[in-house]
Amino acid sequence: MAISQPVGSTDLLLEVKDLKKHFPIRRGFLRRTVGYVKAVDGVSLRIRRGETFGLVGESGCGKTTTGRCILRLIEPTSGEVILHDPEKGPVHVEALDKDQMRDLRRDLQIVFQDPYSSLNPRLTVQQIVGEPLVVNKIARGKELQDRVAELLAAVGLRSEVMDRYPHAFSGGQRQRIGLARALALNPKFIVADEPVSALDVSVQAQVLNLMEDLQDKFGLTYLFVAHDLSVIEHISKHVAVMYVGKLVESAPTDELFRNPRHPYTEALMSAVPKPDPRAQSARILLTGEVANPAKPPPGCYFHPRCRYAIDRCKVEAPALAEIAPEHLVACWRAAELDLRGIG
Amino acid sequence: MAELDEVLRVDELRTYFYTQEGTVRAVDGASFAVKRGQVLGIVGESGCGKSVAAQSILRIVPPPGRIVGGQIIYHRQVAADGASNLSEMLNLTEMHPRGQEMRSIRGSEISMVFQEPMTSLDPVYTVGDQIMEAITLHQNVDRREARKRAIEMLEQVGMPRPGEIVDNYPHQLSGGMRQRVMIAIALSCHPSLLIADEPTTALDVTTEAQILDLMRNLQKQTGTAIVYITHNLGVIAEMCDDVAVMYLGKVVEQADVDSIFYDPKHPYTQALLRSIPRIGQARKRLEPIKGIVPDPYAIPQGCPFWPRCIHAMPGLCDHDQPEYVPIAPGHSVRCHLFRQEAM
Repeated sequence: MAISQPVGSTDLLLEVKDLKKHFPIRRGFLRRTVGYVKAVDGVSLRIRRGETFGLVGESGCGKTTTGRCILRLIEPTSGEVILHDPEKGPVHVEALDKDQMRDLRRDLQIVFQDPYSSLNPRLTVQQIVGEPLVVNKIARGKELQDRVAELLAAVGLRSEVMDRYPHAFSGGQRQRIGLARALALNPKFIVADEPVSALDVSVQAQVLNLMEDLQDKFGLTYLFVAHDLSVIEHISKHVAVMYVGKLVESAPTDELFRNPRHPYTEALMSAVPKPDPRAQSARILLTGEVANPAKPPPGCYFHPRCRYAIDRCKVEAPALAEIAPEHLVACWRAAELDLRGIG
Repeated sequence: MAELDEVLRVDELRTYFYTQEGTVRAVDGASFAVKRGQVLGIVGESGCGKSVAAQSILRIVPPPGRIVGGQIIYHRQVAADGASNLSEMLNLTEMHPRGQEMRSIRGSEISMVFQEPMTSLDPVYTVGDQIMEAITLHQNVDRREARKRAIEMLEQVGMPRPGEIVDNYPHQLSGGMRQRVMIAIALSCHPSLLIADEPTTALDVTTEAQILDLMRNLQKQTGTAIVYITHNLGVIAEMCDDVAVMYLGKVVEQADVDSIFYDPKHPYTQALLRSIPRIGQARKRLEPIKGIVPDPYAIPQGCPFWPRCIHAMPGLCDHDQPEYVPIAPGHSVRCHLFRQEAM
């Protein structure tokens, strides 16, 4: 098949088109803008209903900012975010005013990385999980209490914990509370920003399994933002790789891991330490450091570290193009390179 | 005698913290041995006592912590002229933490690298000053010679432009570069033993790969033994010859790296290995360890792992502490499933 099937509008939930967030750098007495940090620089995503879309990259690549711009927790500089609602039709999230946005927030939720700082230490579990219900005037009194108990049961916590404060819980349990809060308004879409990276390995598995169960039960769609490739591979249906504010590659998970087409994806996969002493293979070591998003190099941002770079890479930035069905890559040499995947 | 080629032996170490809320038994009966020129990995989840064990070896346990039992034997090499390989046995637990003897060992014969390269470097001194401090403190050389050696060390740890970087301050360097400086300081006096406490945890995967590669190469060149502390089983598989698995202050299993990954005996080691998502493997549901790591003030009676263990034997595991028994050469386990008489 030469041309891939376009994702039908019925199963598409969220579409992000050319999203940008440029933070101004201000200097001097007059706070003059002397430049921009292009944290997110033209990111486009198509996320299907009920699937987990993984967004992976190293620190500072803009993956967290992308997630927050989609929810408008940070106002994007430009670009479109379209939520496809079977009843209301496409909703342009970026164009909504404050009141409209408040209504839409019920559908769009977030789970944060740090389960210690994302729960108010002065509120009880009932207040934390019930707050969205109270703010949106959905439930009160006995009804509220029942609904909170129901939510806690869904995330595997007993209703007796309702009157306790966050300090009484472990990291994994706090992340469960964060999930219960995100689920309170029956959202359609949840941005999970590194939800397990602060947890111990034995607890990570519990939370990942829980997220999968909740997805099945409530028909949730996740944008799963993480730096850990093994977690991303495990949970995602589709993965996009970010480098210095741009997507460099995006493909269905198995395709991406077995058949990477971007040199950065190849290096990233090769860098992950494998938990198997008998399977240690030669590693592709990147030289140098991640480019500074305030002063990125000309051409392809990855070229100073790329072992396949040619002259063209130094002057001209490649655009994201489809190289195989649903497999997008931004590399001049994608068609000719034979890169190493996993397995 | 196998003990002859050991550089360090920790025997039933107990380090307790006497706080107002009660006694925290951070390390409570940890035994392990480090062979000369080899890498011992200590793996465990947060709160298992792996960092306190490292601090105990260096005698830098912060108050209100105190070593209350056990021994730390350091085998100092006196003459290594091929024929005779004499070593002197020093009991570090008997030394005064701030005494002359301990100070001459710490940073010179036994040195360390910590997780946070920003907090372990002094921001007001240049990189060169800090490497030179370590050199002039333990070696009888003048400033000019020390500076020369500092530049050599920076070159050895793969720093670009060492002659220039030597006059830089820590804030001018990236996380990976700072960690290279820490390694340069640690290795500047040619230690017999290096203690590395999560040295790559704060770094991105591609930078982590660079640092792991550097440490492995330097280890081969210099023959320094390393105690490598981490929670990352991938890093353990890659870096270590032997592995000690810690849980709630105790070493529950020690063996060579291949046995730990392919023939683990302790139920905790087995469960830990089953719970991690592995890259490139068929996606299946993860098998988490049930429950949570208990509160340090309320460590369960008997084997500390029994409430989470699938093999727990009521009446035995929740009552008696298992002994730490050898089950094969170089392989010891602390579990009631492996009892002395069963041998």
